[in-house]
Amino acid sequence: MNPFIENPIFLYATGLLVALLLLLGFLRFISLLRTQRTYQHSIVDLINAELPQTQCGHCSYAGCLPYARAIAQGEAINKCAPGGTQTIRRLSWLLNEQREPLDPAHGSLSPATVAVIREEECIGCTKCIQACPVDAISGATKLMHTVIAAECTGCDLCVDPCPVDCIDMIEVQQPPRQWPSPGPNELVPC
Amino acid sequence: MAISWAKRACPVLGFGKRGVKLGAIKPPPHKLESLRSRIMPTPLPERLVLSLQQHQGDASIPCVEVGDKVLKFQAIAEANSESSLNLHAPTSGTILSVDQSLVFSDSMTPEACIVLECDGADNALKVSTTRDYRALEHEHLLQRIEEAGVCGMGGAGYPTALKLRHGISKNIDLLLINAAECEPYISCDEALLRERAKEVIQGAEIIQAACLANSCQLVIESNMNEAIDALRSEITGSSVQLKIVAPSYPAGDERQIVFAATGRETPSSGLPIDIGVVVVNAGTAAACLHAVSKGQPCISRVVTLAGSPLRTPKNFDVPIGTPISHLQTLCGMDEQSHQGTLAGGSLMGQPVLNLDLPIKKTSNCVVAMSAQEFPAQEPVLPCIRCGYCADACPAHLLPQQLLVFSKQQAVEALEDHGLFDCIECGACAYVCPSKIPLLQYYRSSKELMLLEAGVTARSSHWQQRFQYFQYRRKRVNQQRAEGKQSASDNSQQVEQEFSRDKAREEIAAAVARVKSKKSKNQAS
Repeated sequence: MNPFIENPIFLYATGLLVALLLLLGFLRFISLLRTQRTYQHSIVDLINAELPQTQCGHCSYAGCLPYARAIAQGEAINKCAPGGTQTIRRLSWLLNEQREPLDPAHGSLSPATVAVIREEECIGCTKCIQACPVDAISGATKLMHTVIAAECTGCDLCVDPCPVDCIDMIEVQQPPRQWPSPGPNELVPC
Repeated sequence: MAISWAKRACPVLGFGKRGVKLGAIKPPPHKLESLRSRIMPTPLPERLVLSLQQHQGDASIPCVEVGDKVLKFQAIAEANSESSLNLHAPTSGTILSVDQSLVFSDSMTPEACIVLECDGADNALKVSTTRDYRALEHEHLLQRIEEAGVCGMGGAGYPTALKLRHGISKNIDLLLINAAECEPYISCDEALLRERAKEVIQGAEIIQAACLANSCQLVIESNMNEAIDALRSEITGSSVQLKIVAPSYPAGDERQIVFAATGRETPSSGLPIDIGVVVVNAGTAAACLHAVSKGQPCISRVVTLAGSPLRTPKNFDVPIGTPISHLQTLCGMDEQSHQGTLAGGSLMGQPVLNLDLPIKKTSNCVVAMSAQEFPAQEPVLPCIRCGYCADACPAHLLPQQLLVFSKQQAVEALEDHGLFDCIECGACAYVCPSKIPLLQYYRSSKELMLLEAGVTARSSHWQQRFQYFQYRRKRVNQQRAEGKQSASDNSQQVEQEFSRDKAREEIAAAVARVKSKKSKNQAS
């Protein structure tokens, strides 16, 4: 046998090297697990951040987070009506997918709305309060309810539960400061 | 990236392949026409229209009512918040309306205005003058400037007192007075310096004292010879230094001027305040002097009336609120060659929708356009990637790349490529051989980005509320379940306590107590 291999120093060195490699492999394995998990976690978060968070359920999922989870699993990105073209564009940019028009089965592009309760007709049943996902309706049993317009997402989840149909969805008036200036194709000749 | 290093073959000299200076253009200045005559006082128009949004920030709140008689210098609208501004009557007269809405820019934003009918008497409110402004405390100076409603007169219209306060809080060391008026046609600051150099220098001293800056430099372009002479004769003995920079467009931009004067570079999406410099326009300095030493609020400004359709282009000392048409009539307008009007210079100016619109504190120039000087937009050709725009961009951006992303509405890519560092100077569009309206693309992209930022902020707010809603519902359900359980426990306990045996024992004990008491009473 080769006296070099029999040398105990060589044996120790080899053993140490193998142990080190095993340790490194173990660490890499753990880190892989961790990255996988955070990656899974973060892609849903990233998608969820692009969704408008109205929690309206028009996409046939129970809210924005479930829809985000479904998108991460491969669901179509064109089912969010409140987000409209903007959300679809941002999602396609994020996921590197084809930009598609909004799926008409899940609603149509419409201007932002806000719920308004016709207060004289309200019977104070609190059903709309229970339905509101963002606590934007204030009121109590047998007392009149009202919508806090600044917090209302316009999801219209409160419309169906109302037994006396006293909730209207009204278009939000855009403040004048947010009117767009003309784009390059619509320049005003001066 | 498309930033071609070959094009920057000569970085030491700073010249691109066409032999032009990088980050600058040299359009024909067209300033001499309006500088031939002196600054003219404006005869009062019949009525003045004063917008409540003279400045950047919240609109002012009117403090007069319809039919009120007001005097010159009297406050007619008050600051609503810190970023708002006081507004004063430029002459005496009667208030005709306090909420007339006018559309100023092509973003179709209506602004509320106060309409003042001038009575021609020009009766002034008595104002308190200060002989020696050098003796005043800086807080007092700031208060005077704030009360006078002075805002940046270079065009941005940021409230001056607020700017100086920010400067104090950031411990700035240098004050720059910006007199490098680089945009074609605008000559109001140059005219001001030629004729009222002393006012500007004293104003600069006041601002320096107010913002506690160690030094003050007045930056001017080297081709403004008469103004430089006037300044040299007045500047001796003052703390203000003169700094002469090479003329180019956009040398007068805040970041460019700070770099030219000090060599400090403003960080991306930062302000000159972040690197210890406050930049104030020369016209603002003069307004601060009036505010402090004469006690007069900001009621007038110098405005350039320029353009070849005017027979005598000149600079006017204009009361705020004078209609543009009134000024153009004074200059003698040739209606046949008049093709339209720009508010501002030829590169950054906005088209005026209606000639009855009034002058604001921020309007520096009104250009009447003729077909010779402003030929119609030529047909737009595709981008050929010549890279001239990248050479011309003073913010070192990549305009052709930004154009592609603007067409795609790729908001994140635009942000990564620094669209918010674009100062909208229009140099890229000026040099573009394909005549692409780059500036309009960037403006609408910026608006889109702001809109999306607003939507994101709102949706994260809703998400928070939804999460709280879920948490609350869970907690309520939990409490309800716990409550039921504890209620049933309670009832069992109560039953135990009120068992019959126990009651009998208690009754028996009570009877025994009463008997013993009776027997005690009988014994005594």
